[in-house]
Amino acid sequence: MSLGGFDVQVLRENGFATEEMTLNMGPQHPSTHGVLRFVVRADGEIMTEAVPDVGYLHRSIEKISEKVGYHGFMPYTDRVDYVAAMPCNQGWAMVSEKLAGIEVPRRAEYCRVIASEFNRISSHLIAVGTMGMDIGAFTPFTHALREREHINNLLEELCGARLTFNYMRIGGVAWDLPPDFAEKALAYIDRFEPLIDEYNALISFNKIYKERLVNVAVISAADAINYNLNGPNLRGSGVDFDVRRDIPYSIYPELQFDVPIGTGEEGTVGDCFDRYMVRIREIQESCKLLRQCLQQIPDGPVLAKVPRKFKPPVGDAYVRVESARGDMGWYCVSDGSEYPYRVKIRTGSFTAMSIIEKVSRGLMIADLITVVASFDLVAPEVDR
Amino acid sequence: MRDLVLSMIADGGLLAGMPYSLAAPLVMVAFGALVVFGFVLPIAGVTSWLERRVWARIQSRIGPNRVGPQGFLQWLADGLKNLLKEDIIPSAADKWLFSLAPYLVVAGFIATFATIPFTSSLIIADLNIGILYITGVTGIVVVGVLMAGWSSNNKWSLLGGIRSAAQIVSYEIPAGLSVFPIVLLTGTLSMQGIIRAQGWAPWDWFFFYNPFTFVAFFVFFVAALAEGNRTPFDIPEAESELVAGFCTEYSGMRYLLFFLEEWGNLYVIGAIVTTLFLGGWQVPAFTDNQTLLTVAQFGTFFLKAYFFVFLAMWVRATLPRLRVDQLMTVCWKYMVPIAIVNMIGTAAWMLLVPEALGRMVQIGMTVGGGVVVVVFFRRVRFHLRRANLQPSDYYYSPII
Amino acid sequence: MDTAAIYSKLKERFGDVVLALETEHAGDPAIRIQPRAIAEVSAWLRTDADTAFDCLTNQSGVDYPDRNEVEVVYHLYSYSLRHTCVLKVGVSRDNPLVPTVDPVWKTANWMEREVFDLVGVVFEGHPDLRRILLPEDWVGHPLRKDFVEPTEYHGISTKRESML
Repeated sequence: MSLGGFDVQVLRENGFATEEMTLNMGPQHPSTHGVLRFVVRADGEIMTEAVPDVGYLHRSIEKISEKVGYHGFMPYTDRVDYVAAMPCNQGWAMVSEKLAGIEVPRRAEYCRVIASEFNRISSHLIAVGTMGMDIGAFTPFTHALREREHINNLLEELCGARLTFNYMRIGGVAWDLPPDFAEKALAYIDRFEPLIDEYNALISFNKIYKERLVNVAVISAADAINYNLNGPNLRGSGVDFDVRRDIPYSIYPELQFDVPIGTGEEGTVGDCFDRYMVRIREIQESCKLLRQCLQQIPDGPVLAKVPRKFKPPVGDAYVRVESARGDMGWYCVSDGSEYPYRVKIRTGSFTAMSIIEKVSRGLMIADLITVVASFDLVAPEVDR
Repeated sequence: MRDLVLSMIADGGLLAGMPYSLAAPLVMVAFGALVVFGFVLPIAGVTSWLERRVWARIQSRIGPNRVGPQGFLQWLADGLKNLLKEDIIPSAADKWLFSLAPYLVVAGFIATFATIPFTSSLIIADLNIGILYITGVTGIVVVGVLMAGWSSNNKWSLLGGIRSAAQIVSYEIPAGLSVFPIVLLTGTLSMQGIIRAQGWAPWDWFFFYNPFTFVAFFVFFVAALAEGNRTPFDIPEAESELVAGFCTEYSGMRYLLFFLEEWGNLYVIGAIVTTLFLGGWQVPAFTDNQTLLTVAQFGTFFLKAYFFVFLAMWVRATLPRLRVDQLMTVCWKYMVPIAIVNMIGTAAWMLLVPEALGRMVQIGMTVGGGVVVVVFFRRVRFHLRRANLQPSDYYYSPII
Repeated sequence: MDTAAIYSKLKERFGDVVLALETEHAGDPAIRIQPRAIAEVSAWLRTDADTAFDCLTNQSGVDYPDRNEVEVVYHLYSYSLRHTCVLKVGVSRDNPLVPTVDPVWKTANWMEREVFDLVGVVFEGHPDLRRILLPEDWVGHPLRKDFVEPTEYHGISTKRESML
């Protein structure tokens, strides 16, 4: 194992043997994105391995679904990933609709996409902001959160909540768009798009920032697929796949957007910088999508007629939704009653945690933080 | 200082009749205590207020604004709160070293004030090894930091302490080497001597003297930031990694003493940079009134030093931090060779370049500096226009 | 390729271990495999050029006490050919042993740990089969239908007299 010219083996043979230290990056830590724990074995600054220990935020959401029923489970899906709650709502609604064969009105689909894309922007803002903060630059984080506040205001007008929205229902969405929502949203997007260039000028192409991110934790495309990485993590490794385009759902087939992938522009394909830039570019793509949706949205009802005691037929269905953190897989088994028999949520952060042990060998302790931030993990997604 | 003591023990002075060997130390201790309690500690506190405000404004926040006008007394409130806190020493920590570490750190920092030249006559002790004394005394801080990291009996503190020791010790070298060109030019290590060798006008400062001292300024400033554990070199107290690095286990006033040292050190860095490169307290002789002149000199020195404090805070708010190995690479592979080249280049300049050509270079560099400042403000205006922010999104003034 | 075509290919290749193609229920059709052959079938599905399932997107465990079996469901996806497939494996509730597919897809490492933790299926050949979401000393497998919440954990009672 060698790092930047230091060959630990050679050092050991020449009598510079040092002992390994076992450190605990405990559940409470300013920058592990929630309660995550790593047991790090390090030889000085260089890690031999970092073993993640998850489960500190396990709330047995999947078992709760069996008690609260299909309609009642919708607020719980927000809490699976509270940073990007709308796609979680959408996933649950979609899997229930697939089981029961419900058709969602077109206006409702547009509302869903608008809400999801806004939430994708605000989640990516947090992702790039906390990435900067973990590297040590505190300013981009506050600027990103300032922009996110405006999005929260818009979504608050839409559904009354700022973080855990509970906006979608099985068969559509709960409330229609407010009368002047489209103008405000378009005005916001017009104001926000140039700021991404400012953000890039501030932090993305900063020399020190690039030094910290480029060529750190390179994950090849084959590894990424093998370990089931999703979303920006997968695209950062060069795999051209996006659920919205390749397994299309909702009204995405009618919308025009590009899928940014990592090209190794500053280093190797699949390093932390690629994953970071994929997120920045996805914010720009979401702005494009939002403009199209807000201009094309048709009139009509926003909620299909769904019985109060929702009893889908016996069977099981699996649906993939492109959340901000990757694609979430929603697997629901129904036994014909109004309570789901089993719900399994496979989240992008869970699989990203599983690759950390392999990727962390030979990195420095400071890089572990960078890697965790570049995967954009959130603890509630990992533990559910 | 000597004149002051002599005037005081003369007939009619405050200590009339006292022998010199008793009066001198008494006056020096009294003056030192006055400087420490009346100037140094408030400076460290006010710098903390300034840092929080500047930092907040850069981050489009407000900063402390409740305690006192514009939050100016926040540092007093923080100090009082920390004094009243419970004194926690971890049971497995080494009690004596744990208690001693903050005092060493603060002692190393306060001792540098003995040779800071506030005006042409106000200096506690104009040692003829002034700048060397400062470089030496700031080394005590390393011992304190390492002690803090070790005695906390905490692996993360240890990591922070060792990183800090490695960093400070490494960056002493470029800092010291960058002082060499100035010493070569003036022929003295004394702080007042260095200031007197410069003039009040920018083209008389050592900053614009020749290209080598120009580069030496940047090398020195960056190395001084690294010695002060400031971003981009704040690995030892990297908040996102090590919670608070070597001072994780500290609480209450002990914790605050470390940060007192950090903020006060900013002022010391600013003072040293001003002395070495920016002409110190030099003002044009615009009046015969000694008091007015002294006040003007004090104000000039203060403002110049505080400009660098502001610059350090600005850099902290903007840049991310370097990883440990990158930090060491920057020091040993880039800054040390540059500093050595500066030293040799300055010596060569002194020998080879005639007076008139040197003068032209000075004025040319001053004009160049002015151009850079103008271009900088135009770029700021361009970025502000492109971002098209609303007044509710940002604040103009960095302080108020 | 749709599931029926994959089923006929598998039947041709593996014969009796491929038990059935289930299409009568709502949702996705599934191929039921015999437990002892799942590792072989997975490896073949991954390497065969027509199926090329290079990604295991989901692996879940479902408890069916009325059929006296625990089902492990594999959702496969191919990034190169862009098609999906669902495999189901049923084992008895009292002795649920399934060969691991960790050598085929590395993501199965953590997914199988979760199935073991929550439903109790033991994966033979797994390099590191221990609990992942629950504490190491937890007793029981919560997502089983007959799971009874313990009354206390490390001396802390799980019952509260009043919700207020």
